[in-house]
Amino acid sequence: MRYLPHTDDERRAMLEAIGVGSVDDLFTDIPEEARLNGLLDLPGHATEMEVDARMRAFGAENLSPAAAPSFLGAGAYRHHVPSVVDHLIQRSEFLTAYTPYQPEISQGTLQALFEFQTQVAMITGMDVANASMYDGATSCAEAVLMACRVTRRKHAILSGNLHPHYRDVTRTTLQYTEFSVEETDVDPQGKTDIPEIGKDIACVVVQNPDFFGRIQDLTALAERCHEAGALLVVVVTEVVSLGAMMSPGEMGADIVVGEGQSIGVPLSFGGPYVGLLATRQKFVRQMPGRLCGETVDQEGKRGFVLTLSTREQHIRREKATSNICTNAGLCSLAFSIHMSLLGEAGFTKLAEINHAAAVAAAEEIDGIEGVSVLNDSFFNEFTVALPVPAEKVVSQLADQGILGGVPVSRLVPSQKDLENLLLVTVTETNSSDDVAKLVAALKEVI
Amino acid sequence: MLNNVGRQTRPEGAGGDTEMPETFTGNRALNLETPLIFEQGVPGRIGVDLPEPKKVKAKLGGLARKGRIGLPDLSEPQVLRHYVRLSRQNYSIDAGFYPLGSCTMKHNPRINEKAARMPGLGDIHPLQPESTVQGALALVYELAEWLKTITGMPAVAMSPAAGAHGELCGVMAMRAAHEARGEVRTRILVPESAHGTNPATAALCGYKVDSVPARADGRMDLEAFEAKLGPDVAGVMLTNPNTCGLFENDIRKIADLVHAAGGYFYCDGANFNAILGRTRPGDLGVDAMHINLHKTFSTPHGGGGPGSGPVVLSDALAPFAPVPYVVKDDNGYRLQEDVEGDAAQSFGRMKTFHGQMGMFIRALAYMLSHGADGLKQIAEDAVLNANYIRVGLKDVLHTPFDGVCMHEALFDDSTLKDTGVSTLDIAKAMIDEGYHPMTMYFPLVVHGAMLVEPTESETKETLDLFIGTMRHLVDKARTGNDPDFFKNAPRYSPRRRLDETGAARKPILRWAPEGTE
Repeated sequence: MRYLPHTDDERRAMLEAIGVGSVDDLFTDIPEEARLNGLLDLPGHATEMEVDARMRAFGAENLSPAAAPSFLGAGAYRHHVPSVVDHLIQRSEFLTAYTPYQPEISQGTLQALFEFQTQVAMITGMDVANASMYDGATSCAEAVLMACRVTRRKHAILSGNLHPHYRDVTRTTLQYTEFSVEETDVDPQGKTDIPEIGKDIACVVVQNPDFFGRIQDLTALAERCHEAGALLVVVVTEVVSLGAMMSPGEMGADIVVGEGQSIGVPLSFGGPYVGLLATRQKFVRQMPGRLCGETVDQEGKRGFVLTLSTREQHIRREKATSNICTNAGLCSLAFSIHMSLLGEAGFTKLAEINHAAAVAAAEEIDGIEGVSVLNDSFFNEFTVALPVPAEKVVSQLADQGILGGVPVSRLVPSQKDLENLLLVTVTETNSSDDVAKLVAALKEVI
Repeated sequence: MLNNVGRQTRPEGAGGDTEMPETFTGNRALNLETPLIFEQGVPGRIGVDLPEPKKVKAKLGGLARKGRIGLPDLSEPQVLRHYVRLSRQNYSIDAGFYPLGSCTMKHNPRINEKAARMPGLGDIHPLQPESTVQGALALVYELAEWLKTITGMPAVAMSPAAGAHGELCGVMAMRAAHEARGEVRTRILVPESAHGTNPATAALCGYKVDSVPARADGRMDLEAFEAKLGPDVAGVMLTNPNTCGLFENDIRKIADLVHAAGGYFYCDGANFNAILGRTRPGDLGVDAMHINLHKTFSTPHGGGGPGSGPVVLSDALAPFAPVPYVVKDDNGYRLQEDVEGDAAQSFGRMKTFHGQMGMFIRALAYMLSHGADGLKQIAEDAVLNANYIRVGLKDVLHTPFDGVCMHEALFDDSTLKDTGVSTLDIAKAMIDEGYHPMTMYFPLVVHGAMLVEPTESETKETLDLFIGTMRHLVDKARTGNDPDFFKNAPRYSPRRRLDETGAARKPILRWAPEGTE
């Protein structure tokens, strides 16, 4: 077996050195009745060539968005990732390192994390960010828990126009704690209408652009939150939007969480992605997850370490701010490398390209008879009202090799009144030709 | 003259220039420094070429960004060089021995990386119509089948994103099962040697954590455990093999006792590598166990993630598994995405979309590569290697528990007593010798713990050299009368010891331009 170096002679010599007769003697602590004699009921080992073919066969059964005009979004977005990114994250020293607990020999990971934290803080308009979470939805749940700790209150209001998975994950995560959530109605037409913020509310959570793509000024909502002693948590599922839009920090957000997948991370059927979490300096000690900080070494040279670990589970155990241990290390590195390639000029231009392409596509789609675009504002994703159920249309488009968008009913199946709505995303990867094909196909199937 | 590992040999006491003079650049030959990315930007440079945007009237609702973000502008070769230089300041499993106990730093095969990037696997969107992702769903289904067979368990929840996330999944399923029976239980029993994530997870599920002491032989104290059981106990969270590297040989009794008390048995599967193909959690009475795909099944640690932590479940807990999951029926594969129908009792959703697909692909490639024979050999070689190290060091480092160990060998610091050299100092001296240190000061139940997990990937030569190095260091600590040698280690790493206290006292968590803050 190519990964296992020992020869039988070596195994025998080692057993002799240990002073046992056979390898079975090393497993005698396993209760006899639970020992497995013989092999598991699975195929034998395979050559690399066989594995390669097998995995390729799985891939061949899928329609790759690279091979089809694709307009899917709803929390995961297809963008061009520069070749440098994947090349660098496959360097052994990044790929096969552990969590940087030994800072003297982990400065590469640590400095990259420090730079990642800075980039995330900058684009969200916040003071500080952590070293990443599992994904956007788990970041959202952690932000609500954090807000409860900061305010010492127990309830959160989630906007109905927050991505349904984010609402589900937050509800699931909080269900056995002393904290609870209430959710406002899903409303593709209106502005998020947050009810009165009572004195027991720890935070209000809104997404911007929201699940239907609409952009809102949250400044007044932030003021209402702060007057009531609550925090405003802003969720961003498409981080490229931050290159074009006023940042959540400028609007008064207290915690910003997001899905960082759009920058540097492949779609990969939904994971692994990279959760972002940024906040104000004064809340740092209530943050979940790993944090990297600057310090100096014995010789006075600048260096970086994981810090404030007294918040974390390996020190605080049941009193930790979160049970999280792993972060999204390599995905945060990919994010950071892509963001470094973009820079100020590239990131803002990429956002501009996305927005312009989406505006142009929305105009064309809105021109189809019986079809209308609901949004008066959006970034690169908008909601299209069809005369028929969107799921059926999407299925018919798929038969023609077009990934035409995400039916709202896929994520909000319980609401029949939303079944004709289709979420359409247009990014820099979509050509005018792609859009023309989508428009033509929509005309045909409707 | 070179010794047998290529080092320059020098007579003891002959001196030599250990304090290297500073260079003008701060670089030292191949050891190249790089400033923060923010200190390298020049406006006007760019690392990507983008087309011109279409001319349209913006629809940003009047909320277009006005100010600068502050990101630095660099060319592609600058960015490449920055990260290449950074990478060279990292230790990695590819470069050397990484005996980090509890972390299973094994070889990460590259066919796995290749597969994760194949067309139709790495580039598909999670919300494509199911008819366009039948291969992806089949892959997840197949991995689930392998995991069920390997563990002897009837069900598996695939979506948890890491080990601790898997713990959360398992304990939530336990709580949901109790609530479905109308039972209110408030306590969870956790051995004192447990990973910190266990109590943190139990707390997040609303349970009080009740710590169970260890016996003198390093296993959980069965009598103390039994005495703590009661109608308010939701279950036990037990790592097996445990964090002392020992198999909990009373495990079947523990399972029977907790079941008799109406509780469930959560097994922390962090150390599953040790027992692959030798026993199955399903035969040990386990109700839920997470599997760290990034440990046992070789998906790369990536400097701290991403991980993946599928959770196998017993029949009792399976109905409460989180959504989504893949279902196979006459029409092919589909996703059960909502809490309804067959999933009506599901405790909810843990993650956006369906799970860590990129990790699933790698783990399945790894399993296919090994097959039933290779998986069993993994456990046998991992355990063989750990015991070889245990025996090779036990006359110079004290093993707190007698007898054979599983996949990791645990030592304490008693032979270093009165030398002025601590476990930490030994670890830092190991860095200069070209090793990543073992896990230190964990488990907490052992004084000055050193937990060494070699994994199955290492050759006998590597283990012999490691044993020789450790013997040399312990000998130096005990006879050298030179604690400063250790206190000043490491000397040859990109940075010397860092001021961690200072970092925590006045946290600097981001770069800021001169003159701000």
